[in-house]
Amino acid sequence: MKPPPFGYHAPRTVDEALDALAAAPSGKVLAGGQSLVPLLNMRLAAPSDLVDINRIAELDALRAGDGGVRVGALARHARVERSAEAAAVQPLLGQALRHVAHPVIRNRGTVVGSLAHADPAAELPAVLAVLGGTVEAASSRGRRTIPAAELFAGPLESSLEPGELAVSAFFPALPPRTGTAFTETARRHGDYALAGVAAVVTLDEDLRVRAARAGYLGVSATPLVLDLSGAAGPRGDWAAAAAHVRERVDPESDIHAGAAYRRHLTGVLTERACAAAAAEALRKAGE
Amino acid sequence: MEERFEVELTVNGTPRTASVPARRLLSDFLRHDLGLTGTHVGCEHGVCGCCTVLLDGDPVRSCLMFAVTAAGHEVTTVEGLAAPDGTPSPVQRAFRECHGLQCGFCTPGFLCTVTALLRENPRPSRDQVLEGISGNLCRCTGYQNIVKSVHRAADLLSEPAEPGE
Repeated sequence: MKPPPFGYHAPRTVDEALDALAAAPSGKVLAGGQSLVPLLNMRLAAPSDLVDINRIAELDALRAGDGGVRVGALARHARVERSAEAAAVQPLLGQALRHVAHPVIRNRGTVVGSLAHADPAAELPAVLAVLGGTVEAASSRGRRTIPAAELFAGPLESSLEPGELAVSAFFPALPPRTGTAFTETARRHGDYALAGVAAVVTLDEDLRVRAARAGYLGVSATPLVLDLSGAAGPRGDWAAAAAHVRERVDPESDIHAGAAYRRHLTGVLTERACAAAAAEALRKAGE
Repeated sequence: MEERFEVELTVNGTPRTASVPARRLLSDFLRHDLGLTGTHVGCEHGVCGCCTVLLDGDPVRSCLMFAVTAAGHEVTTVEGLAAPDGTPSPVQRAFRECHGLQCGFCTPGFLCTVTALLRENPRPSRDQVLEGISGNLCRCTGYQNIVKSVHRAADLLSEPAEPGE
């Protein structure tokens, strides 16, 4: 249970990090290390080089504005979870982060690292996907913005290219009269969820459901986003939405849960999350 | 020959230095290079919580961090929780009083986690205690006495210091 040897780089600026990554195409970025270091310890990964970005002060950033929340590559889960400013602009972030592993892990793990890791059972990819957020990637060749829909290529596979560093993620703000909720079921506290749902519900001026979207974790190879507006209808029939979801998801069986149970659970969690998000939207509409 | 790095950091208030390869885990750095064997190593992949130490005051898994990343930071291990004269900290006294340790293997991780938990939230509810210690595993008998210890530690910490202490 010791990591294999690797070349170590500790850049102080993003430009230095990009140079190090350009020189080591099969290198990996080390941020919080809460997913990468277990993989190294168990020798499931053996990158030639690690580019440790923990000393790059400019990446330790968290900005909440009217348009949304921008999270720098070094912002830890705990910091984002506790930020009142971030919660005011995009409450789904904090709602989901409370489910990420354990508090001690959240002291080191980073939001952007979790997105780059692209684990379909993780919370943050589903949140970025349902909100239609983006990730800003930089390399020695330039910068580009990757929409969530293009970021997640497969299980543990992002569309970040060799030499690219995810420098920040952007979680857009909510439209008016919109509520969010996050719920998941895990065998043990802090474990990977068997299934989880991030729900976003928007009401119109007559307080009917205008739009309902849900992002799913644990039930597909990449985060699944479903538009439930039609199935739920303007009155918000969440049981009908849940039935629609059960038909649409195609989860796999593993030692933790069978496919049929996961499908059932996904429906139950959809109903709960959407009802909670709709109640929150109603509360906001009344403010 | 694997490249070595001079790692300088502060451990329990004392500046320490050692020359180690980049892949040296902070847990092994503390135990092997600095001889501080109070930090225990259970699973070495971040599940059990035994190796929890405080990094600049915040609890972290020392098995999920490289010593080179911790360079320049302040680390507190279980050896640094007691007063300089050896008097156990309130959290340590509470664990002793309430039989919060059985075999003691998981105890260093619990003590570090709980020390930080009570610093942030001096009067946690039962649910907050359970959430706070959820990342630390005890395989002896369960968590009843550990939970009791956390509440007892909160009591001890809120008592005014006795004159002369």
